[in-house]
Amino acid sequence: MITLTINGQPREFSQPLAVSELLTLLELTGKRLAVECNGEIVPRSGFDCRLLQHGDNLEIVVAVGGG
Amino acid sequence: MEQLCIAGKTYGSRLLVGTGKYKDFDETRAAIDASGAEIVTLAIRRVNIGQDPSQPNLLNAIPPSKFTLLPNTAGCYSADDAVRTLRLARELLDGHKLVKLEVLGDPNTLFPNVIETLKAAETLVKDGFDVMVYTSDDPIIAKQLEEIGCCAIMPLASLIGSGMGILNPWNLRLIIEQSKVPVLVDAGVGTASDAAIAMELGCDGVLMNTAIAHAKNPVLMASAMKKAVEAGRDAFLAGRMPRKLYSADPSSPMSGLIGK
Repeated sequence: MITLTINGQPREFSQPLAVSELLTLLELTGKRLAVECNGEIVPRSGFDCRLLQHGDNLEIVVAVGGG
Repeated sequence: MEQLCIAGKTYGSRLLVGTGKYKDFDETRAAIDASGAEIVTLAIRRVNIGQDPSQPNLLNAIPPSKFTLLPNTAGCYSADDAVRTLRLARELLDGHKLVKLEVLGDPNTLFPNVIETLKAAETLVKDGFDVMVYTSDDPIIAKQLEEIGCCAIMPLASLIGSGMGILNPWNLRLIIEQSKVPVLVDAGVGTASDAAIAMELGCDGVLMNTAIAHAKNPVLMASAMKKAVEAGRDAFLAGRMPRKLYSADPSSPMSGLIGK
């Protein structure tokens, strides 16, 4: 088991997984979003190859209305 | 036509609008269209995990192909959070460089923390961003932000969302007169006359959100703001007559009066 912190909430997964696999599990595939892992941007081109490890801290964001 | 130039790109409209606080995206888009704004702000927030994937997306309502999007750092209280937010925005918007930096210092007044703002501006400019910066109406800080390389200085007219109008026109004039980059009033405009006054002072533009979104009829207010910004700009360019304290000057001829 590994634990990832996603948008401030801990979540458990059975094994390390790629960012794209995580987005599929979270039903976020195809959504226009950006991902940061441990304070660094994960470019969209790296979603398939970037493997997430136990303890990684992710922020997944979208654009919303604001002034 | 006389145009606004920000970071090398020209715009016909001097009114910039936000996308917060609207009833829905249809109302957001209708108000933006009525405002004639070309630059439109948006915020970056954590995705709501588990939400209905078919939920409407802001970027469908205001497509980047039609508007210049201006991601902001609203809600950030440190330089670090602001920089991280805008790096995420750049990734989200495919390398888009034009951003609105704001670093707040107090949750009640939403007054900017200028120390953290200066720090964030320095990092972002070095990182290649075009930074339009929200700040207090302090001319010294405004000068420093310009020297760092910000592409537009955006002092508050009054507190964010307060609708209190322009509380210190003197400070705004000092900032306008010293700045070589565009100066836009950001925050505090409540109604159309506030926007006109900002433009008459010589501002290059006005950025607003609540004044339109929280009007009883947002679309009509957006149209009023468009006209106010245009009228204020024209009045500034035309050059107002001098004020004459305690003396009148008749508009009609003094000679040829009957019965003399």
